[in-house]
Amino acid sequence: MDKKEALINYCLRLGDTSLILGQRMAEWCSNGPILEEDIAMTNLALDLIGQARTMLTYAGELEGNGRSEDDLAYGREEREYYNTLLSERPNGHFGETISRNFLHDAYLYHLYAALKNSKDEMIAAHAAKSLKEVTYHLRHSSEWMVRLGDGTEESHNKVQQAINDLWEYTGDLFEMNEVDNLLINEGIAVDMNTVKQAWDNTVNEVLTRAAIQRPEDAYMHSGRLNAVHSEYLGHIIAEMQFLHRAYPDATW
Amino acid sequence: MEDIKKLEEFQAKIDADLKIEPKDWMPEEYRTHLQRQISQHAHSEVIGMQPEGNWISRAPSLRSKVVLLAKIQDEAGHGQYLYSAAETLGKSRDEYLEELHSGKAKYSSIFNYPTLTWADIGAVGWLVDGAAIVNQVSLQRTSYGPYSRAMVRICKEESFHQRQGYEIMATCALGTPEQKKMAQDALNRFWWPSLMMFGPHDSESAHTANAMKWRIKRETNDELRDKFIQKTVQQAEVIGLTVPDPDLKWNEADGRYEYGEINWDEFWNVVKGNGPCNKQRMRHHIKAHEDGTWVREAAIAYAEKQKSKQLVA
Repeated sequence: MDKKEALINYCLRLGDTSLILGQRMAEWCSNGPILEEDIAMTNLALDLIGQARTMLTYAGELEGNGRSEDDLAYGREEREYYNTLLSERPNGHFGETISRNFLHDAYLYHLYAALKNSKDEMIAAHAAKSLKEVTYHLRHSSEWMVRLGDGTEESHNKVQQAINDLWEYTGDLFEMNEVDNLLINEGIAVDMNTVKQAWDNTVNEVLTRAAIQRPEDAYMHSGRLNAVHSEYLGHIIAEMQFLHRAYPDATW
Repeated sequence: MEDIKKLEEFQAKIDADLKIEPKDWMPEEYRTHLQRQISQHAHSEVIGMQPEGNWISRAPSLRSKVVLLAKIQDEAGHGQYLYSAAETLGKSRDEYLEELHSGKAKYSSIFNYPTLTWADIGAVGWLVDGAAIVNQVSLQRTSYGPYSRAMVRICKEESFHQRQGYEIMATCALGTPEQKKMAQDALNRFWWPSLMMFGPHDSESAHTANAMKWRIKRETNDELRDKFIQKTVQQAEVIGLTVPDPDLKWNEADGRYEYGEINWDEFWNVVKGNGPCNKQRMRHHIKAHEDGTWVREAAIAYAEKQKSKQLVA
């Protein structure tokens, strides 16, 4: 693997993660618990898909075969997607979505905070811009974590259960392979161990405020780095890609 | 006696084109007319999120996905200002939602039609938002201040939506044969329901007379419908689509299009709840509302805990 291949893969990880989480958030449209939350969740989806577009466009440019953002989003299959396992978890009820997003927002927040010093100018600029958005996302999910965790007994139990259930997908967020090693040496990527420490601090702080117990680390699922996903991803992308694939000659 | 004097003063204000504001005296019928009309308008914005939201996950490009998401977000925002405007008339959003769920309040029947293909998303933007703009431009001059100001803001965004819808339609109409077929089919299904959005003929409309006298409405249903038809037929021709009205023809002498009669049986059927999606839309809205109950309760419980902590401190 050379630097270019590693960088393309790194961009796909970032782009795919935003795309899949964005696709999940868009499912909330017209289903929010209040109108204001419907607006907020659509807004999160908009930010995330915007982030995906930047990274997929860049991956296509690096590749140099003329593939556009849409070719990459609509033309790849499950085993070519490098999103986090956490991003594809189903929305479930509002508390499950908030819990998933909180764990994920804290991850992207610290990842982008570190990547804004990347030696790759595009990645650095993308991280700086996305950090502004993710700061708001993290605030949104953290505030809801606290409200639900310290709200009623029912809301507390629902969120505690959601965090317990999602915990086993958090290990995947921080795994590294030769792509990371190569790009860390180039000053492009960041050491996920450092991101993990910052993530731990944020998660601990918010869970404490929310009166939610942090689960013990036990078995962690893994798969992102090798594009091995849960069954959910295939359905997300089948739905997303259907029209584009049904009319291959069409432009929209 | 006093009421007659107040009513005269009220009508004089209206006739002088002054705005009525929430704290001003107003006849009860004026208040209830506006409560009905503004909440119906708010509900329409919110229910409209369902047929449009139906295609976000399947939008055929990332750009079109983002445009559609932003549009739906705007519609939700319109719902929000309109509920706020309606609340100035002395009823809460919760009360308005109860009226929606019980079937007492209506929303625009157009959203009881399904969005079956991507071109339908174009048709909704072009025709449905196009029809809504004609109505809303006129409502910018409505006599009730909060409603008028909401309309000014909403019109700015709606005209973007209409252009975006037309762009989707034009792209399909000028695309592959399958895309063109999809565009024509969407126009065929959405044309007549869009014309029905303006409501019954003036002669059949229960609310038109008072609404005109009080300048809640500034133009009648038939006048607005005619404006919409005159501008939209040409737009269809430009992209090579055929308006599905066999009686449609250009009248050279008058410089305007003549057109056929709406199927009013279909109109009343859908109003009465028999449209393709009436039950689905309402069940969806009620389910989302009920599923959110524990969330709203938690938010209230949390806010109360914070308040009592502040009192102790």
